[in-house]
Amino acid sequence: MSKAIENNQFVIFRLENEDYGLPINFVETIERVSEITRVPNAPYYIIGVLNLRGEVVPVIDLRKRFSLGGKEIGDETRIIILSLEEMVVGILVDGSSEVLTIENDMIDHTTSLVNTFDDDYINGIGKVNERMIIIVDVYKMLGVAEIEN
Amino acid sequence: MDMNQYMDIFIEESKEHLQSMNQILLQMENSPGDMDMLNEIFRIAHTLKGMSSTMGFQNIAHLTHEMENVLDAIRGGKMAVHENIIDILFNCFDELENYINLIETEGSEGPDTSAELIQVLASLKDSGGIVTKEVASALEKEVDEEVVQEVVMADIEISEYVHDIILTAISKELNPYYLKITLDSKCMLKSARAYIIINTLEKLSDVIYSNPSIEDLEDEKFDLDFQLILISKVDASILEKELESISEIHSFDIIRLQENYTVIKEDSDTDIDINIKLNMDHEETSIVHEEMGAQNPLLRNERSDESRNKRNKTGKTVRVDIDRLDNLMNLVSELIIIKTRLEDIDDTGRKEGQNMHDAIEYLERITTSLHDAVMKVRMVPIERVFNRFPRMVRDLSKELGKEISLFMSGEDTEVDRTVIDEIGDPLIHLIRNSIDHGIEDPATREKGNKNKSGTVRLVAYPDGNSVVIEVEDDGKGINIDKVKAKALERGVITPQQSHLMEDKDIIQLLFHPGFSTADKISDISGRGVGLDVVKTKIETLGGVVEVDTKQGQGSKFTIRLPLTLAIIQALLVTVGSEKYAIPLNSIKEITTIQANTIRKVQNHEVVLYRNATLPILKLSNILNVTSASEDHEEYVVVIVKKGDKTVGVVVDHLVGQQEIVIKSLGKYLANIKAIAGATILGNGSVALIVDTNSFF
Repeated sequence: MSKAIENNQFVIFRLENEDYGLPINFVETIERVSEITRVPNAPYYIIGVLNLRGEVVPVIDLRKRFSLGGKEIGDETRIIILSLEEMVVGILVDGSSEVLTIENDMIDHTTSLVNTFDDDYINGIGKVNERMIIIVDVYKMLGVAEIEN
Repeated sequence: MDMNQYMDIFIEESKEHLQSMNQILLQMENSPGDMDMLNEIFRIAHTLKGMSSTMGFQNIAHLTHEMENVLDAIRGGKMAVHENIIDILFNCFDELENYINLIETEGSEGPDTSAELIQVLASLKDSGGIVTKEVASALEKEVDEEVVQEVVMADIEISEYVHDIILTAISKELNPYYLKITLDSKCMLKSARAYIIINTLEKLSDVIYSNPSIEDLEDEKFDLDFQLILISKVDASILEKELESISEIHSFDIIRLQENYTVIKEDSDTDIDINIKLNMDHEETSIVHEEMGAQNPLLRNERSDESRNKRNKTGKTVRVDIDRLDNLMNLVSELIIIKTRLEDIDDTGRKEGQNMHDAIEYLERITTSLHDAVMKVRMVPIERVFNRFPRMVRDLSKELGKEISLFMSGEDTEVDRTVIDEIGDPLIHLIRNSIDHGIEDPATREKGNKNKSGTVRLVAYPDGNSVVIEVEDDGKGINIDKVKAKALERGVITPQQSHLMEDKDIIQLLFHPGFSTADKISDISGRGVGLDVVKTKIETLGGVVEVDTKQGQGSKFTIRLPLTLAIIQALLVTVGSEKYAIPLNSIKEITTIQANTIRKVQNHEVVLYRNATLPILKLSNILNVTSASEDHEEYVVVIVKKGDKTVGVVVDHLVGQQEIVIKSLGKYLANIKAIAGATILGNGSVALIVDTNSFF
């Protein structure tokens, strides 16, 4: 996670009533929801694939991934396109509109906090002006092993 | 003068020269006395010498110069062409190839690694072709060293203090390096030379450890080599460059301590000695205390790993015939014409007898030709893969003591550039298999009334929309009983299954992961990772591999690859509310069947069709969709084939035939069952491509 520490900037997104932060260097773009094609036999949390300017990109339903209840796709719903290790993956979130800088010493890395889901995906809790931002571990969130280098 | 602009040409031409050198050397082995061939090699060596010294690659120039000397002596009748000489020339060829590859990936030829070879050549010339003991031992040494390359360990002891510094450096993201420098044996002032080296290094780094100590180095109390540990901000390549500029260094190794660095603390009464073991990324980690060879195999080894990675990253290039480019250019100009024509047609779609329909038809014709033309640009003759095999077969047959001749045909068959890069390894594997497992040793062959020398045939030819590559040997064939026994032993199949299996199915077991029938594991094949890898590789290329074998007469592996990987004809179908594409080349026919003719046999649905049983699969079941035609009396069935097997796939509706561009689902969704990829339809939505091969 040394990448995240480099610039301390996080893309904030909403899911249920919580704010989550993603290290900005993983984020390519944030898209509105377009037509998604279901992929049969894919893991349960994958909604399907979408056409992102000629590229076929898989999309993860983060609510399912985090074992949260389902929610209708609304005006605020966004797909955050992440790229890592030559992989491009989209995540469906309830909304995303800001980028925050969270200093290292404002991130609490102890993940002993009880949360609504398996705290495996949490990398720490960031505090910005009384707000709590859950910093996610992108690799664990996507279910891919982090490859060094 | 800046030579960089000529670098590409230099590399390209050198490779061509080396390629022909390789071919001639192989021919020369069969007819050693041929003066024309000798002259040709001489000419190549000479050209390479000239080219490389112009480019400033002294090692190549030096080596080719010595080669020239020897070849000249042979031409002058001062020595005869001996098998050993050809071996030495082959060694030279390998060395030159190494240099050129290094230049291609790193931009420099690296340290001089051919000193011994040059010595061998020089002594050859002096001794008039008689391979003296010295030469022979030098040759052997070379072989030994290749083995040593596998595991290289450096065993040095450092104090805890130094160890701490290294750890701190790593945590601060500085680079700690281990350095071993060997001075040239002719070096006169060793201490002064060492001083210069350390001084140079200190400009870029901090030397924290030295063995022998700095004082000893100053007092010249050391042999030819010394070891250093330094902490530096700069890359190893910069240090390398600095060191290369210093003369009288025979060789040096730089190893970054961050990776593959294990520290073993050894308990001892007084001090804690730390034993640093530098362990290159190899499977064999047995502790071999091997003095590093003078030819620094480690460096070369590390480099080759590195360069392999690099090659994947740098852009791939294709040499294209100018005619093909002209053709492409013509088509593009036609495209522009049709664009103007379309602009002229007004909204009503009519203009003086021309209508939209005509224009679209014309456009279609152009795009098809354009597709063809672009494909052709991407096509490379398979020769590029094939031409490394003669040498490989030669080396292998020597190693195994078998007599093998290789017949190749269809080298000019063209395949897609991406295929060229990927097909090499599977083919090497198959050929090695044929030679190692297939072809018997000469004695056994004679007993079996066969020609003493075995034959491996490598044939490529285009077949419709695909390219076929066959690897055939006239060896002992695949022992089906043995395969069966092995499969049972490994638990790949159950005894019940084995009774029901046909021979054909049993041979397919060879492609099962972790299956190897080699009685004893040899270097060449039989590590147990084999045919399954070949199969996987070929399948990722969209191809299939089949085996045909006759006990005692040999076996044949047939690889069938699609001509293009990017654009295919497909049939679009709907299942439930979803659209799927089925590649047209896997479809045998489309028909309808009555629901009530379907019979259930052991939970599998089959139907009698054209007097043969046809298994029936419902696409809706495979893809977990609710079918719209579940209760229909008549099903639409697409019959798909793989080899000579067929399966009927039930779909809801046929949409039509369409040219589709294959897109991968990306790394994240690799290996999704029954799905081969995706494509983007005209309306921008994504349709998935069904992997019909997975139905069998």
